[in-house]
Amino acid sequence: MSAPAEKAKYWNPYLGGVLLGLLLFLSFFVTSHGLGASGGVHRIAVAIEDLVIPEHVDKTPYIARMAGGDRDPLAHWLVWEVAGIMLGGFVSGLLRGRVKLQTYRGPQITPRTRWAYAFIGGALMGYGARLARGCTSGQALSGGAVMSVGSWAFMFAVFAGGYGLAWFVRRLWQPES
Amino acid sequence: MAPFDLVALFGTTGSYLVYVAIGFAFGFILESSGFGDSRLLAAQFYFRELRVLKVMFTAITVAMILIFWSIALGWLDYDEIWVKPTYLWPGIAGGLIMGVGFILGGYCPGTSLVSVATLKLDGAFFLLGIIAGVTLFGETAGLISTFWNSGYLGIFTLPELLHLETGVVVLLVVCLALVMFAGFEWIRQKIYGKAQ
Repeated sequence: MSAPAEKAKYWNPYLGGVLLGLLLFLSFFVTSHGLGASGGVHRIAVAIEDLVIPEHVDKTPYIARMAGGDRDPLAHWLVWEVAGIMLGGFVSGLLRGRVKLQTYRGPQITPRTRWAYAFIGGALMGYGARLARGCTSGQALSGGAVMSVGSWAFMFAVFAGGYGLAWFVRRLWQPES
Repeated sequence: MAPFDLVALFGTTGSYLVYVAIGFAFGFILESSGFGDSRLLAAQFYFRELRVLKVMFTAITVAMILIFWSIALGWLDYDEIWVKPTYLWPGIAGGLIMGVGFILGGYCPGTSLVSVATLKLDGAFFLLGIIAGVTLFGETAGLISTFWNSGYLGIFTLPELLHLETGVVVLLVVCLALVMFAGFEWIRQKIYGKAQ
């Protein structure tokens, strides 16, 4: 139920885009890195795994680089950026009265169905982001702005994947027609 | 010359605070732009809402202009900023998988964090899915290491690919963004009519 009144509270997308572009520039200018998200989430996931099964983490090469032996997977800038993203999102939502326990879903499906698809989509997103070495933030936005060919190919692949499947799963999002 | 060595300037803890501040602004902008709402994000793929396209391409264009302007003025050193090396095939395969994940799940990693921060349950299930997905990748990366390292082209940029001056490429990207904004808006109006 996206009533016009609710939508009007969001920023004009071009204003949001200009501010995000300024932030992305500042991030490169000050820190040498662009923006990131999935890498930080991965490190948090590895930290949890390292608490439960540390011996296994030490023996698995890809994650041992982050958490093997004495290495602390959380001692990395991406983890702190993720914490900042959550804090900033929370404050923005709080100021606009949008911090509210609810499930956003298309009008044709139940919350339960929405949760199941959200989990499946998230799992694909997480796997794909590691395969591609970055997500919408780290690859598309950051790599795109510094003109990396791989990031541009990645970005068009994301849109191709989304648009390619959208029609087949329209019941998830579209109003009944 | 920029960029700066934050650890040398502020110490390790101080450098983390800089990243918390950048993350804060990032999260604030995402939430304010409507990106904590999966319905608005998914609507991009039905041409009903074009926020994803507009915010992303405006941001890339603005950042690109400022970055390459600073480099041209000698304020910023391109060799010192982190440009992801290109691994073409895993990048494209990962992108396609993420596109599928996006339309099924309604978020991307960054936007799901904002959604969770504003207590959206669909965002929480999505984030749990991400944790499952990255863990699966971490456990199985060894099995696909040949593919994961395929199509390696090093740090390879659009001006190198197109054999054009950097400034010309910036101009082309600005034009591409404007054409896409106009083109997608035209399609949206064809499908849903003028009003929004």
